[in-house]
Amino acid sequence: MKGKSINRRQFLQTSGYAVAGAAAIGSGAVVIAADGAWALSTTTLDQHAAMTLLRVSRMLFPHDFLGDQYYAKVVEALDAQAANDPAMATQIRDGIAALDSTRDGIAFLDLSDGYAEDAIGSIEGTPFFGTMRGATINNLYGNPLVWRFFGYEGSSWQQGGYLHRGFDDAGWLDAIIESEA
Amino acid sequence: MAKFDLNDDTVVVVIGSGAGGGTLSNELAQKGINVVCLEAGKRLTLDDIENDWGTMFGKLSWTDKRIGTGALNPDLPLWVCKTVGGTTVHWAGAALRFQDHEWKAKSTYGDIPGANLLDWPVDANEMERFYSMAEDKMGVTGRQGIPQLPGNNNFKAMLAGAQRLGYTKVHTGNMAINSEPRGGRPSCQQIGFCMAGCKIGAKWSALYTEIPAAEATGHFELRPESMVLKINHDSSGKVTSVVYVDKEGNTHEQKARIIAVAGNSVETPRLLLNSASSMFPDGMANSSGQVGKNFMRHMTGTVYAILPQPVHFDRGTQMAGIVQDEAHHDDSRGFVAGYEMETLPGFGLAGVASNTIAGAWGREYAKDIEMYDHFAGMWLVGEDLPQEQNGVTLHDSQKDQYGMPVPVVHFEDHPNDTAMRNHAFKRGSAIYEAIGATKTFELPPFPSTHNMGTCRMSADAKDGVCNPTGQTHDIPNLYISDGSQFTTSAAENPTLTIVSLAIRQAEKIAERMNAGEI
Ligand SMILES: Cc1cc2nc3c(=O)[nH]c(=O)nc-3n(C[C@H](O)[C@H](O)[C@H](O)COP(=O)(O)OP(=O)(O)OC[C@H]3O[C@@H](n4cnc5c(N)ncnc54)[C@H](O)[C@@H]3O)c2cc1C
Ligand code: SF4
Repeated sequence: MKGKSINRRQFLQTSGYAVAGAAAIGSGAVVIAADGAWALSTTTLDQHAAMTLLRVSRMLFPHDFLGDQYYAKVVEALDAQAANDPAMATQIRDGIAALDSTRDGIAFLDLSDGYAEDAIGSIEGTPFFGTMRGATINNLYGNPLVWRFFGYEGSSWQQGGYLHRGFDDAGWLDAIIESEA
Repeated sequence: MAKFDLNDDTVVVVIGSGAGGGTLSNELAQKGINVVCLEAGKRLTLDDIENDWGTMFGKLSWTDKRIGTGALNPDLPLWVCKTVGGTTVHWAGAALRFQDHEWKAKSTYGDIPGANLLDWPVDANEMERFYSMAEDKMGVTGRQGIPQLPGNNNFKAMLAGAQRLGYTKVHTGNMAINSEPRGGRPSCQQIGFCMAGCKIGAKWSALYTEIPAAEATGHFELRPESMVLKINHDSSGKVTSVVYVDKEGNTHEQKARIIAVAGNSVETPRLLLNSASSMFPDGMANSSGQVGKNFMRHMTGTVYAILPQPVHFDRGTQMAGIVQDEAHHDDSRGFVAGYEMETLPGFGLAGVASNTIAGAWGREYAKDIEMYDHFAGMWLVGEDLPQEQNGVTLHDSQKDQYGMPVPVVHFEDHPNDTAMRNHAFKRGSAIYEAIGATKTFELPPFPSTHNMGTCRMSADAKDGVCNPTGQTHDIPNLYISDGSQFTTSAAENPTLTIVSLAIRQAEKIAERMNAGEI
């Protein structure tokens, strides 16, 4: 994470998040969970952008058992991409603008869940949607810290593979196989 | 380890070090024939292998620009390797023989509109000895007295469902993966990342079998990071040398007595087409016009299912499980030829999220992904029909980093491929539904892994590019030594046949060299 000093009294309270940092568009933001359990910092995306992407990412792949800190990784990855690639920065800015203009100018962050889903539906098939889906898959499901929630076990050779760790332990299938044999 | 001079025109130059090129190199070197193998990719060791899909894709895959058209992924039409050992570093190890009738596709299936079918100019009888040699070399389970692998959970799901449907040809496959220590390599530890490279070398790969064995003979020099751009010939029409670029970007010319091309089915025709000259205006060895045509990649598809209880389908050998009851030819099913069903897990959590339903999102899909450890999966792989318009051409303006024209790869299903896939999706799903699957998913083909046919073998020089030994019809000292030779695809994963053909080719090349014919 990019080190950015935060003045706790400057936090903006938005729907459960404390948002801090320079207010100027395009110069980054720091978002801190209301309970202080995690923080998200960006260098290029402003806080409105960061919060919007956070919500999109969660709505694309909502898992109630995953805290926002995991989705925050998606936003940080997008921020890094935008910082390195002006075309990506433009795509993200335009994508957010599109999301903010689906319901008579009500910002995406203020939309009800149903309206917000419609808004995402309306951008399906655009490059920005592809960017968001790809970034969420890579940085949410690709994050080793979330694997255990899904039962994906990751690298195995260090532990000698699964030869003695259950490669064939599905007893319920053995029962079917025996009953059919 | 030998070293040969660039001007040494007695060597055999082999282009590519994968299933075809790696095997041919070693077989020739074992016979005392001097070989220089030029390989575009880097040389890795087992230390470089990690159990991480994204990392290994990056280390191993061919990502130089290619353009896919038709049904292919536009940016990544193929999934193949650019590394010493070629795609045998990535491969899953399924090593099946063709069925006898598959050598005779045209006489068995008849005239099919839109298909450019031929019989192979070799048959099952002729191949028997070479199949046995390949199985022995590769340590294929269930063959040559080698025990089969144990079944993992994903196999058990396949077996349980298949039994309920009355299927009987269900087993843990014929795998080029050690079920017991063999050839100085250990037995499989059920690591579950076969297709990211086997960390312990239990799976056969040219990288740590053929290549070091060839080096030990003193008749073999491997030059990694050497990309061949062009083949030269003399005024008699025989090939004389290759032009290649090394890792520093320097261009060299290596002379040769014989040149064998084994760059996988896109790079092989690409190189021949890029070697056009005033004598060969349509590309080298292309008097038939068949170079780069008839590209086949198998009828493929994947079925995933969510089962009632946990499976952990990524534990253990990925492809050690097969149902062969649909592999035969029976046109009462609405298509000719047949298909295999083979176990296939996902490629990690991110892979499953990305591929299970392309483009899907939202709460319902997220709930499916939450069932990750209940997933079972299989790959469907069947014979696809050669079609002349499926193939490889050179882009007229775009160049790759070496300055070589970018290949454009075109593929569209034949109606027979579609009918077969439709049948296979239904049967594959039925297997899992028979054991209580709550949901099944039909995944379209991945970027092509089995690539065949673009310089095919034919009895008659006007129908294909090379003769039954892989020698090109037009140029006696130019050979095709990889899956490009395939006349038809058969239903089986191609590599055992590629290796068998390479062993046979080495024998024939040695005979002809000894007889002074080439
Ligand atoms: C994920 C995956 C799983 C697979 N599983 C199976 C399986 O279970 N069973 C099976 O039978 N098959 C499987 N395959 C397919 C199998 O890997 C290929 O059929 C086989 O490796 C092809 O052999 P080849 O010699 O034609 O080409 P490759 O093995 O791809 O070798 C070609 C080599 O040539 C090099 N090259 C290309 N052009 C040039 C050039 N101009 N100059 C220098 N070098 C060049 C490449 O870098 C490469 O190393 C799988 C493939 C993949 C990707
Ligand atoms: S499962 Fe076996 S073959 Fe596959 S990577 Fe592991 S040890 Fe190698």
